[in-house]
Amino acid sequence: MNALAARRRHPAAIALLLFLGLALVGATYSLFAPKPAQAAVATADKVADGKALFQANCATCHGISAEGTKSGPTLIGVGAAAVDFQVGTGRMPLSAPNVQAPRIEQIKYSQEQIDAMSAFVASLAPGPAIPDQATLETEGDVALGGELFRVNCAMCHNFAGSGGALTRGKYAPALYGVEAKHIYEAMVTGPQSMPVFDDKNIDAKGKASIISYLRTVETQANVGGMNLGNMGPVSEGMFIWIFGLALMIGTAYWLGQKAA
Amino acid sequence: MSDPRLPATFENPGLPPHVHRAADTDPRAAKRAERQVAGLFTLSILSTIGFVVSYFAVKNDTEVFVPFIGATNLLNILLGVFLALALLGIGFGAVHWAKTLMPDEEVVEERHPIRSDDATRAKAVGLLEAGAESAQLNRRPLLKATAGTALGLFALPLGVQLAGSLGNPTKALEELKSTIWDVKDGKPIRLVRDVERTPIKAADVSIGAVFHVLPETIKDSHHVLEDKAKAAVLLMRLHPNDFAADDLGKKARSWGYEGIVAYSKICTHVGCPVGLYEQQTHHLLCPCHQSTFDVTRDCEVIFGPAKRPLPQLKITVDAEGYLVAPQGFAEPVGPSYWERKK
Amino acid sequence: MSTAASARAADLRAGDPKSSAPASASAKKAGAVASWVDERTGIAKGASFMLKKVFPDHWSFMLGEVAMYSMIICLLTGVFLSLWFIPSAGQIPYEGSYLPLKGITMSEAYSSTLAISFDVRGGLLIRQIHHWAALMFVVSLSVHMFRVFFTGAFRKPREINWVIGTLLSMLALIEGFAGYSLPDDLLSGTGLRAAEGFIRSVPVIGSYVSYMMFGGAFPGEAIIPRLYAVHVLLLPAVLIGLFTAHIILVMVHKHTQYPGPGRTNENVVGFPLMPVYTAKAGGFFFLVFGLLSLVSALVTINPIWAYGPYDPSPVTAGSQPDWYMGFADGALRLLPGWLEFEIFGYTLSLNVFLGAVLLIPLMYTITGAYPFLERWITGDNREHHVLDRPRNVPTRTALGVAAITAYLVLMFAAGNDIIAIRLQMSINDITRAFQVLFFVAPILTFWVTRRICLSLQRHDRDKVLHGRESGTLVRTPEGQYYEVHEELNEYDRWKLVGFESPAPLALPSGKDANGVASKDAKKEIRRAKWSNFFFKSRVEPVTPAELATAHHHGEHEAIETPAGAGAQAIKQAKQD
Repeated sequence: MNALAARRRHPAAIALLLFLGLALVGATYSLFAPKPAQAAVATADKVADGKALFQANCATCHGISAEGTKSGPTLIGVGAAAVDFQVGTGRMPLSAPNVQAPRIEQIKYSQEQIDAMSAFVASLAPGPAIPDQATLETEGDVALGGELFRVNCAMCHNFAGSGGALTRGKYAPALYGVEAKHIYEAMVTGPQSMPVFDDKNIDAKGKASIISYLRTVETQANVGGMNLGNMGPVSEGMFIWIFGLALMIGTAYWLGQKAA
Repeated sequence: MSDPRLPATFENPGLPPHVHRAADTDPRAAKRAERQVAGLFTLSILSTIGFVVSYFAVKNDTEVFVPFIGATNLLNILLGVFLALALLGIGFGAVHWAKTLMPDEEVVEERHPIRSDDATRAKAVGLLEAGAESAQLNRRPLLKATAGTALGLFALPLGVQLAGSLGNPTKALEELKSTIWDVKDGKPIRLVRDVERTPIKAADVSIGAVFHVLPETIKDSHHVLEDKAKAAVLLMRLHPNDFAADDLGKKARSWGYEGIVAYSKICTHVGCPVGLYEQQTHHLLCPCHQSTFDVTRDCEVIFGPAKRPLPQLKITVDAEGYLVAPQGFAEPVGPSYWERKK
Repeated sequence: MSTAASARAADLRAGDPKSSAPASASAKKAGAVASWVDERTGIAKGASFMLKKVFPDHWSFMLGEVAMYSMIICLLTGVFLSLWFIPSAGQIPYEGSYLPLKGITMSEAYSSTLAISFDVRGGLLIRQIHHWAALMFVVSLSVHMFRVFFTGAFRKPREINWVIGTLLSMLALIEGFAGYSLPDDLLSGTGLRAAEGFIRSVPVIGSYVSYMMFGGAFPGEAIIPRLYAVHVLLLPAVLIGLFTAHIILVMVHKHTQYPGPGRTNENVVGFPLMPVYTAKAGGFFFLVFGLLSLVSALVTINPIWAYGPYDPSPVTAGSQPDWYMGFADGALRLLPGWLEFEIFGYTLSLNVFLGAVLLIPLMYTITGAYPFLERWITGDNREHHVLDRPRNVPTRTALGVAAITAYLVLMFAAGNDIIAIRLQMSINDITRAFQVLFFVAPILTFWVTRRICLSLQRHDRDKVLHGRESGTLVRTPEGQYYEVHEELNEYDRWKLVGFESPAPLALPSGKDANGVASKDAKKEIRRAKWSNFFFKSRVEPVTPAELATAHHHGEHEAIETPAGAGAQAIKQAKQD
């Protein structure tokens, strides 16, 4: 007891307490969080499998026949592309109620399962389809893609695709490390706050060009050195105030110290 | 309690006794310091050579992987680091030299009041007065008046030239009101996509879509950027039921076409393009200062520093089904100015 | 060492031994050259005056030097850039080596900036040094201003130099903004677009002035060459002129110094220009240049190629100016829209005009006027060459912190979208919070700072009266414990007691000698009230009598005094 009392003011105590609290919350959550039902994926009837998966995992919010409920919109007519995008990027199933579904690295379903659910949703009503391999492999014009990106995308996703803020806590996510397929699907379906950029707005060549441009931006060397997150002048200002000034003051301090 | 012999305040004790450095008393320490300084200068020399060699030897587009940076340009890194070392070598060397080997006993310099003494002041005043007197400044008021006026006026021609020739502002008010959406020959102007400049059919615009639009007349423009700066338009399609039920929603609908509405993209705050359309909330957000406009309510401001709604462009379709604007904007687009309502 | 200085120093400390080296052949040659120059310029007179000038050593005195050197580095690298930069808004297709922009129509300004970045060998390095040095220039001059303010270095006779510094600071912002606008990339063009909106908000003449500045409708082809002339010719000339005056006045006034033993209002203690300060300040130039080069080698600044060319239709998320313009941009984000009015059919956009046009001159007028306001309040007409420790002038320190807080709120408000996305907060909530903070935070920080200053002063008093805690615990024969306090030596003590703490002016009766209320009396009352505000909260320095009393009472304190005249006197007093 005494030892505990003596150490409770130790700086590490706060960190330890925080860690314990977080661990406890995490453990509790993982106990109660919904788990993906393990429906067997048979190759025979994709739509039927998709329906089973859907009803086990998605129907709580989207309704038993995807007609929508208070907690989730209808999926009739959203197309296979919407399902492939939302589930394939981990946005669905929604991990916690929030202003916006975040992208999650850990995908809960196999691509086969996603395809089955996509097939089921696509069977309800016509909607944007998942782009085929040929569409995705279309060689785009990087310069045109850049122009299209700046006019149609940069205002939300930022000049380099690092993302930006929208109203009331919503945001346009960063576009780094996103598969070409998912970028394409996002454009044709307009997920969440994002408007729809179907082929009548930006044609397939334009989309391919935008994707090529993003790939180029993502893979090109940082010719000037660290890119500070490509956030524009704010991060540059923070850098010069924190690191620049510290370097200068550190040097000046050394200069003013009497030698040993 | 207080002792009358004690002073009212403490007295400045004077400089503390000087403490010698290692290099002052120990010749080996001095030698070591000398070697350190020489080493720093040598580093500078070598880095200068490194800079010159890299400048000629490294190709402009060679990439290199550097931890914490990722792939980067080899030439930029080499030139920068060598230049930095060449300069830092001199800097650290010189300061280290000053700190370890140059005298470090503090020197006292005396200060004197900044003001001149009275005699000097009197002399200066005397000289000024005598000068004015000998120039007969006060005896000849005509000279004083004309010289003063001439000096006061001589800068005027320069000012007139500058202000007069910077730019002709007489057309300002007229031009701020007009855009190339203004219909000249009665023929409605087609809406075209911003980059591709292809016309848009009403059927092309699906619900939830946003098009960045320019007038077809941009093709004939001789001042593309100037015209674009006023004519950029955002086209959206909402479900007709999404518009507000009151007058604000009614106007939006009646100037639109089957739920398709067009608004000026130029913010009414300071003129940034209001490009961020949230298709679920139907809000338009300006990325510069976060003015937020509600498309369902005639683009009235619901947040941020703008005061006025975005001007709406009346649209309809022509015989071929393409979207057209039968008339220009009903009010000046973009930021407010004094005569905006005139 | 100069005779004047050594004469003065004689009572403080014996002068340095003179060293004389035998004249070598090279020295003779140098002497001949020097003689040739002196016969034609008389430079030896000036040199002998300058070379023995004394500069006190303190890291905070180098902040101004960082600013000076950053400016020189900007001038130097700016000359390089001007050799390749083409200040023209003429539109051409891009044919350079940066592939993602191949064939895109852009201005020659942007195209040539791309060429500097990708096709001129080492051009990117020079460009990055130029921009980082520009940011460092404004950072360091701001911190230098903070130092001058909080130490009271702006007091008589240095008010003019404070005003010059204020002007330099304001012009640096404009110079920076002009430079930021030149490359004609999407970000800088958006900045110019907003600037056009700012100018339009000026009542009555706004739209005409905008048309004159841009030579017609925005963007036009005139603004880039015009800004170029302003950026490379007009403002640098004014900056250098003011900066020269700033330095000359420093020479005339001689540098201020921190309070300390041997430092008085009638002397300056430090190191002479030759050789110590030549090596230190000269070396420091290379250090600043070297550090900025290192940063420029490793960290990208303003990647204009990523922004794309300016076009009035697109825009990027995170459209911000460089940090030093952030406060004005932040003010624009916080000012509510209802500040736009219609007056007799004319539009008055105070929501723009206040933040974008009025704020900068207003802020700098208040800053520039501060020394005169403080002098009016304190009525102090003496010269001050020994700096204040910020804690010893609690009200001034608190005012400064409050002003900086208000500035910071505005500056952070300019990053509200970045804060929103990085901290996953609502941009609307952040904006509302900043609107409140702008009014509340300065009051809070004022109050907190003043309390902190006063408690630091009390702590100083404690330290003087009871010595510093030595960490040694002693047990008395009676079983009591106490910690041994070591008395400060007279040099350390002087730092804590060598200041003034004036009492507020007494409130005058409001009547003149004849008992009649006078005009002047009203002014005096107002002044006394301000004086009360300024000096009410204060802690007086320890007097020798108080120290003696403290020793008298503190029998249990084992005092281990170092030998010293002052301490001896106190011991003497204690024994009596």
